[in-house]
Amino acid sequence: MAISNELMKDMYVRMRRIRDFESTAAKLFAEGKVPGFVHLYLGEEAIAPAVCECLRDDDFITSTHRGHGHIIAKGGDLKLMMAELFGRETGYCKGKGGSMHIADRDKGILGANGIVGAGHCISTGAGLSIKLRKTDQVCVCFFGDGSTNQGTFHESLNLASIWKLPIVFVCENNHYGISMSQARHQAIKDVADRAAAYNMPGISVDGNDPLAVYEAAFEAVARARAGKGPTLIECKTYRQHGHFEGDPATYKPKEEQAAWMAKDPLPRFARFLIDNGVMSAEEVEAVDKKVAKEIEDAIAFAEAQPIPSPESSVVDVYSDIVEEVRER
Amino acid sequence: MKMMTYAEGIREGMSIRMRENPNVVLFGEDVGAFGGCFGVSAGMIDEFGPDRVRDTPISEGAIVGCAVGAAATGLRPIAELMFCDFLTVGMDQLVNQAAKMRYMFGGKISMPMVLRMPAGAGTGAAAQHSQSLEAWVTHVPGLKVVYPSTAEDALGLMLSAIDDDNPVVYFENKLLMGVKSEVKSLEPIPLGKGRIVREGGDLSIITYGRQVFDALKAAEELAKEGIEAEVVDLRSLYPLDTELMEQSISKTHKAIVFTEEVKRGGYGGELSAIIGEEMFDYLDAPVARIGALNTPVPFAPNLEQYYMPNEKDVIAAARKMF
Repeated sequence: MAISNELMKDMYVRMRRIRDFESTAAKLFAEGKVPGFVHLYLGEEAIAPAVCECLRDDDFITSTHRGHGHIIAKGGDLKLMMAELFGRETGYCKGKGGSMHIADRDKGILGANGIVGAGHCISTGAGLSIKLRKTDQVCVCFFGDGSTNQGTFHESLNLASIWKLPIVFVCENNHYGISMSQARHQAIKDVADRAAAYNMPGISVDGNDPLAVYEAAFEAVARARAGKGPTLIECKTYRQHGHFEGDPATYKPKEEQAAWMAKDPLPRFARFLIDNGVMSAEEVEAVDKKVAKEIEDAIAFAEAQPIPSPESSVVDVYSDIVEEVRER
Repeated sequence: MKMMTYAEGIREGMSIRMRENPNVVLFGEDVGAFGGCFGVSAGMIDEFGPDRVRDTPISEGAIVGCAVGAAATGLRPIAELMFCDFLTVGMDQLVNQAAKMRYMFGGKISMPMVLRMPAGAGTGAAAQHSQSLEAWVTHVPGLKVVYPSTAEDALGLMLSAIDDDNPVVYFENKLLMGVKSEVKSLEPIPLGKGRIVREGGDLSIITYGRQVFDALKAAEELAKEGIEAEVVDLRSLYPLDTELMEQSISKTHKAIVFTEEVKRGGYGGELSAIIGEEMFDYLDAPVARIGALNTPVPFAPNLEQYYMPNEKDVIAAARKMF
């Protein structure tokens, strides 16, 4: 399929943004500036940008604990994200969510999610809502291979299929559920095979190739928008880091890691763009510099933000009730 | 004024809002042509159609999660779990998703959903279809919890639950489904407002749900002995009408907390603790707490009756206070 140069350039910008954001998050975590758990999208950057190129602002996505990439790809604000990672009052979630719980309702981001397999069910609700409100929105449900062993995966694909919901299920098969390799955690090689059980199209693509992902997503999104029901897309990729920062990932064979690093989507796509005359090496470099500056600005913004007041912790539990504060 | 069964009250509450707002929808197992396991939604599919009164597969995780996603994206869903016992299967979606989304996301997502759950023993349905699990949900910040006892309360609380922008867990008592009572008003009943069902100056029985009726029976018996019990129907478990509790206890100086749940770790313990912490000065006697035995719900009718608390337990506890 013909993919315009503009679109490919934009895809690269989004991929680079994620790469830099994640590399920086890793560094900040190691320096002790970012508390809690941080699960990085490093290595998987070809997927969410390519999928989100097929979406509008009013389309929905559900995300995972490894959500930074989805949020950036869907248009999330880097400064608000970084401020949230720092636990600041003006972060996306006012410092109450952190890395695993960033949402942006205006961009259709229904939240990163700390529970593996939870987003599937939520996407069915978004799908039902679209159907009953009779709009032509779609919902993309991002998830990892690990979550396809949860009951919610099966419940949700079944529901989406019998109700013909406008959902695209995007499995980012990074070949690990925490420390357990895909070969050990399920008896199939292609997660896409599971689509057959729900009578929906299932397709496996190279998840480190944004153009392959885009092509599959484009068709699936069009199908969903046209009211023809859900699709399962499996994007085969690799988690370059451990499950969370601080996990040395000694369970990953060195040869396997090296083989996948050779397929790293960032240099690979940059090379493709240059080789095919989509961008010059200078243009790529200019994008890299511009993005590096965006990340720098995001950190500077985050560091300058106030920490939340203790009293703010009792607000937003409910829309209309403020809970009791602790006297201290 | 109209006589309605409890089930009709629930149904009328849902139907009123569904007539007014196309974004209010009902889904769950067998809620459509089957009319719901306890007949609560009987006939609704004829009025609102199968899109808005929607049968789901037996997938409790997806039912609750679908309500979460729908509520976050513009609908005001009412989801039914056939038995509150099945909440175990959909618990993540209620506790980790519905209840926490607004907070985790800095107040930026609204969660206007109602989760209906028939509860309670007395139907011979044994350990997995008879529980009273309100303590599990009152424990979770972000959830509101109601438990009506009459048709009018069922209707009015349903209206308020649908109107609320927070997830509301709506308990229904199975034994009350066919019980008729007068419905004088079709207006919403604010969440967090209890009701004095019977006035009395000697003892407060703090209760809700079906126990209200056992409390009234106990009060009639106690009246014969010269003890006038006041029966307080909380109606909402969270937000909780502590003001009404205090108003009653400051008058009677004695309190019995009476719930159907397993006594250990039950919401009755929370109510007793609140009375102890906040109303101790009014008390002339320790708070008495009455609940079910600390066992699964047994099957044989005599065992089930022995498991469930009733008016006799209230009477015995009251007598000890005088």
